[in-house]
Amino acid sequence: MKALFKYLLAPLVALLSACGGNPWNSPYPATDAGKNILYSAFAERPKHLDPVQSYSSNEILLTAQIYEPPLQYHYLKRPYTLIPATVTKMPVAQYFDKNGAQLPDDVDAAQIAYTIYEISIKPGIRYQPHPAFAKNEQGQFLYHDLTARDLTEVYKLGDFSRTSTRELTAEDYVFEIKRLAHPRLHSPIFGLMSDYIVGLKEYSATLKAAAEAQSGQQGKDGYLDLHSYPLEGAQVVDAYTYRIKIKGKYPQFMYWLAMPFFAPIPWEAERFYTQPGLAEKNITLDWYPVGTGPYMLTENDPNRVMILEKNPNFHGETYPTEGMAEDEQAGLLADAGKPLPFIDRVIFSRDKESIPRWNKFLQGYYDASGIGSDSFDQAVQLTGQGEATVTEAMKAQGIRLETAVATSTYYMGFNMLDPVVGGLSESARKLRQAISIAVDYEEYVSIFANGRGIPAQGPIAPGISGHRDGREGVNSVVYDWLHERPQRKPIASARALLAEAGYPNGMDAKTGAPLVLYFDVTSRGADDKSSLDWMRKQFQKLNIQLVVRSTDYNRFQDKIRKGNAQIFEWGWNADYPDPENFLFLLNGAERKVDNDGQNAANYDNPEYNRLFEQMKNMEDSPKRQQIIDRMVEILRHDAPWLWGYHPKDYGLYHAWYGNVKSNKLSHNNIKYFRIDGSLREQKRREWNEPVLWPAVLGLLVLVASLTPAVIAYRRREQGTGTRQASPAAQGGASNA
Amino acid sequence: MLNYIIRRMLYAIPILIGVNLITFTLFFVVNTPDDMARMQLGIKRVTPEAIEKWKHERGYDKPLMLNDGEEGAAKFTHTIFFEKSAAMFAFDFGRADDGRDIAHEIKSRMLPSLAIALPVFLLGLLAYITFALVMAFFRATYVDFWGVVLCVALMSISSLFYIIGGQFLISKLWHLVPISGYGGGLDASKFLVLPVIIGVISGAGASTRWYRTIFLEEMSKDYVRTARAKGLPESIVLFRHVLRNAMIPILTGAVVVIPLLFLGSLIAESFFGIPGLGSYTIDAINSQDFAVVRAMVFLGSLLYIIGLILTDISYTLVDPRIRLE
Repeated sequence: MKALFKYLLAPLVALLSACGGNPWNSPYPATDAGKNILYSAFAERPKHLDPVQSYSSNEILLTAQIYEPPLQYHYLKRPYTLIPATVTKMPVAQYFDKNGAQLPDDVDAAQIAYTIYEISIKPGIRYQPHPAFAKNEQGQFLYHDLTARDLTEVYKLGDFSRTSTRELTAEDYVFEIKRLAHPRLHSPIFGLMSDYIVGLKEYSATLKAAAEAQSGQQGKDGYLDLHSYPLEGAQVVDAYTYRIKIKGKYPQFMYWLAMPFFAPIPWEAERFYTQPGLAEKNITLDWYPVGTGPYMLTENDPNRVMILEKNPNFHGETYPTEGMAEDEQAGLLADAGKPLPFIDRVIFSRDKESIPRWNKFLQGYYDASGIGSDSFDQAVQLTGQGEATVTEAMKAQGIRLETAVATSTYYMGFNMLDPVVGGLSESARKLRQAISIAVDYEEYVSIFANGRGIPAQGPIAPGISGHRDGREGVNSVVYDWLHERPQRKPIASARALLAEAGYPNGMDAKTGAPLVLYFDVTSRGADDKSSLDWMRKQFQKLNIQLVVRSTDYNRFQDKIRKGNAQIFEWGWNADYPDPENFLFLLNGAERKVDNDGQNAANYDNPEYNRLFEQMKNMEDSPKRQQIIDRMVEILRHDAPWLWGYHPKDYGLYHAWYGNVKSNKLSHNNIKYFRIDGSLREQKRREWNEPVLWPAVLGLLVLVASLTPAVIAYRRREQGTGTRQASPAAQGGASNA
Repeated sequence: MLNYIIRRMLYAIPILIGVNLITFTLFFVVNTPDDMARMQLGIKRVTPEAIEKWKHERGYDKPLMLNDGEEGAAKFTHTIFFEKSAAMFAFDFGRADDGRDIAHEIKSRMLPSLAIALPVFLLGLLAYITFALVMAFFRATYVDFWGVVLCVALMSISSLFYIIGGQFLISKLWHLVPISGYGGGLDASKFLVLPVIIGVISGAGASTRWYRTIFLEEMSKDYVRTARAKGLPESIVLFRHVLRNAMIPILTGAVVVIPLLFLGSLIAESFFGIPGLGSYTIDAINSQDFAVVRAMVFLGSLLYIIGLILTDISYTLVDPRIRLE
């Protein structure tokens, strides 16, 4: 019995004691109960945390809390407004002609040869503690000349016992801009930036040659000292000031200055991480960031958990004191002027599957959650006015819903190079217009997106300057303005357009053959069959046969690149809140087939292209709006896209989660959030009382079902003994 | 026996080359090096130059299997297939496409995989053999009948259902253990309870029936009749004679999977958030990371071959009549 206890019960006791008063199903240690921690989940491990390479939304969620680019977006103000992050004041563009003479601010963009942004950073900002900065008493770096022996006991960054810091300088920002052209790094914006930052393209060739020259001595991954190679487009003025030189005029450059691509990197970090032996242990800058932001990454196990903790050297920032009128009412200004960040630690746990993620949110183990289509009905209901709100069950748990229209668009594109649906001929245009009317995106959003989206009237998403609401924003090709709202034109209008296009009742007037169109999609599972069937039905309204050509994502992309698709679906997330970031998607110079750009429809309208060139370098103004309106009107008329819809993001938040305002462009928001740890702890205990009776019942049923068998066994064993003892048996045995 | 083992290890080389060739062919039929580059670099603002650079750095800019631009042996050696395969036979798995060291990842993920797979294997073996013996002992009674019915029912249910159902009942409704997650040291135990229980239950139907069949077959043999005729108690007959003689088929099924336990489970690890090798393989397939996929397939094949050799060796241990020549 003692042995039984030792081997079976002791681990159980240890298990329960490990829970230490925590709810039994808590995935977190009991010591963390009630602490000021934000709990979140991630499904996909980030690929890059080096700001020069990172471009995905799941990566920026981390890098934006660690790295500080010079600018940031105001947390509360709308439309999105840039404000200083580490700079003393907003940089002002200075324009120069080709002779170097400064030009006035309102000069015609054609005269501008280059623009200079002089950026001054705040003194006294310090980096997070990091071994790359650690020095010995003689002032020499402790960990810049590591040998294989030094690394024998090193498995992660935390194994370096000494850390230090240093002040942020302008040099660090210039260093990062130079890294955009580093031959061993793949910055996704290098192509774009080399068109703008003076000398960046040539700088890439210089660094490549330098890297090849030194590869014999230091190996191909050795440290490349960028200080030795000056870049004309990014220069240090003094310790706290640097200058960026841009070709021509590019006002959107300011938005790029709010992205981690332009955050500072200390040369010491690059020098430290490029030492031999560290990459083999996955200790790289791509994995262990070094920043000045409010948080630092203290645990990096992307297979399980990633932990951000307050940076003890954070320079200090306060919660915004002004916002929109509704923010005051929503309590979003209650913390005005208080020092940031509020939360001590952020724990991102990896949960790849949506079902466990959702259930853990309901149990209080995650503080916020998105809403999958499986759980939508459980979480959200529509009021009589058609407004989305949480269900009674969610309300009872104190969960609230926050919605925001994303600065994104999902559209259906026509390949403008296609002989049937493409081109700018009147026939093709009318065919596309007819289809635009027939495909009912109101219905699509209602059925397949649970109402989470607004049908688009053009390419520009709401919240972006240039977007127009109400009557003046209506796409008159597809909608009529009736009863103060847009009303999709009747299908008869689409049929009439189709007949004018040369396809009366969906038949080719010349050949009499039925019109067959091809919809290229990425491989779909059974779940998507209904949406594809729905799409076929939309075309069927015009008697057009829609053939779905399903393929894997690689082949799909290949078709788009080669212009072999006919009709396809695609989407775009805005990089910054400027209409240029949407309208360039249809600029002729960006055509996928000829230029491998972002214009997947290969749309090329000379007038639109001319207006785009005129508009892209303008500041927001009534004149710019006029040009944008004209461009959007051209697009609606030509209909290279079915404008699709702008998705609405729905987020659920527990009652203890405060200061949440959806901000689709800024990602460094965790510093503003607030958590009531004691309320969370109380609710977790309340919601997660262990239920033991089913286990006891199960045990009883097992015992009850086995008891007759055990009795029968014992009887049989006794029976065998009886037979053994019987004289007949004994006689038989002796005879044998 | 040593000669036999060496011979079997040598046989493994062409098998591994064949497996590697099939993996390579299947992978590159579906994905081109350009696709891999795009997957890693993202789809936004990726230039053709960036794709070429990515391929060049990783050696994916060479021909797949035959380099017409080279002469002699270089025709075969200056190819993606040769360069990516040769190093693997020296257990140099290289870097994943995202730059991280594969051997380091495999080492760090092996333990979490084993933390689930080993208890499932051991407890499962114990439970299945016990249930099978009970059913065999009570053959042709209600215990046997309902036992078989239960086994068939358990076999008919998808393993995904066990996982989702188990998480729903045990974690969500009864709040007994965490739904998913993983921790280090003793903390790991609370996360392992549910996957281990589900792992054992989901495999119970097929395995118990299989062992029951083995035991019944053994029990019909003459030596069992003799043992019973000698008046031995049924428990002695079962445990001392039947079980021992049934060891060869049991070992055939059991020993071969022991090395594979390191590779973990693809589905269970994803649903329970266990950072093991199964989860690693799924991630690699999803992100089209050929370096990781080929390393995992190679490792799987190698471990399977080792498992088969171990099975052969184990025969000699349980049956002295068998000699490996």
